[in-house]
Amino acid sequence: MVQDLGYLKETPSQTAGPYVHIGLIPNLADIPGVYAGDLGAAMVNDKTKGERITVRGRVIDGAGTPLKDAVVEIWQADSAGLYNSPSELRGTADPNFTGWGRRATDAKTGEFVFETVKPGRVPFKDGRRMAPHITFWIAARGINIGLHTRMYFPDEGEANAEDPLLSRIEHRQRVATLIASGESPAYTFDIHLQGEQETVFVDI
Amino acid sequence: MSTIPNKKPETGAFFPRDRDWHPPALALGYKTTILRSPQKALLSMDGTLSEITGPVFSQSMLGELDNDLIHNFAKPGESAIGERIIVHGRVMDERGRAMSGVLLEFWQANAGGRYRHKKESYLAPLDPNFGGCGRTITDEDGYYRFRTVKPGPYPWPNGVNDWRPAHIHFSVFGHGFAQRLITQMYFEGDPLIWKCPIVNTIADKRAVEQLIAPLDMANAIPMDARAYKFDIVLRGRRSTFFENRREGN
Repeated sequence: MVQDLGYLKETPSQTAGPYVHIGLIPNLADIPGVYAGDLGAAMVNDKTKGERITVRGRVIDGAGTPLKDAVVEIWQADSAGLYNSPSELRGTADPNFTGWGRRATDAKTGEFVFETVKPGRVPFKDGRRMAPHITFWIAARGINIGLHTRMYFPDEGEANAEDPLLSRIEHRQRVATLIASGESPAYTFDIHLQGEQETVFVDI
Repeated sequence: MSTIPNKKPETGAFFPRDRDWHPPALALGYKTTILRSPQKALLSMDGTLSEITGPVFSQSMLGELDNDLIHNFAKPGESAIGERIIVHGRVMDERGRAMSGVLLEFWQANAGGRYRHKKESYLAPLDPNFGGCGRTITDEDGYYRFRTVKPGPYPWPNGVNDWRPAHIHFSVFGHGFAQRLITQMYFEGDPLIWKCPIVNTIADKRAVEQLIAPLDMANAIPMDARAYKFDIVLRGRRSTFFENRREGN
């Protein structure tokens, strides 16, 4: 026998289920008055620095149908490439930018829309710079553990070409699944859960 | 009163997830997973700043009744109907360290198993004094608590006669976005637990047991409410030993 490492096991994930809105977006779910507003509803205000952008898209299942009951969260750096987090040691992020947003996909169209700013570049641990990107996290009925992916920008070809995460994708035709379409200030990022166009999901 | 915590900021990458412990994306018994599960392998990478960092939430954003589901949707002087319970516990990481400042959001059906949601069509009635949402933030030692009514089981269209065990959904924000977790808490002794296709997406019995909250009579309030204890473990993070930088450390 050797010493026990003594680590605990992570609490296992379970699906968010179809009524996730009750807990995460109650005002939208017709449960008004419990909270003043829904968390993650606004990422920017009048004083936020940087290039304003709109990111819209859908989460599409293996039969080509958009999910109308998903919750999508994003997390990103500010326009200078700093995260609004205590673990950010390189400087102080824009206090007028939260970096985090949360939306339900629309109950009729399945679309999500975020009003945000274009993120700056963030260093990778070896000193290389990552291309500007937005982290996505998706929870819904039928998804047993939240799906984590990234959106990159179509007008950042040079940065994308040297991005450490994009560079690791073996099947090069799949890189395109992480790159939004459109141009500033309006980008579209459709997420395909399975099939031909399946988005690259990450385990990080 | 605000105090400056006597702690170093956490900057280590997270322990890899044990994806054999968590449920897989595809679980045939839970039908909706069939078209909503990725079929290709996940791209694995050590954490970067984008995952090590995450949003933080302040106690100051909480309303007085945010963690009291018996009263936060009730008319003045009234309260929700059902078994009055307290749910409490501690949030730790895999290294056993208490995690303060963790935002927990929870939602649930009422005592009859009915959710307040427009897509819900179960014939059990709504409780006019029960909304079903709550939230809280762990204290300096990682503890949280809320008051609610015990939810009822409810039927769902999966198999012909599938019923969810009584459960409370939890959404958890750790200190880094990679710790983001949504799960469900079940109640000790419920015979529906082991029949549930959603519970059974988890292969390891010990992992299921980690989601079952025991009755905690020590923390019950006599003549008022029973208590259940539900501890939550989030991904641990490595000590920051060495990071190899091209420009040197």
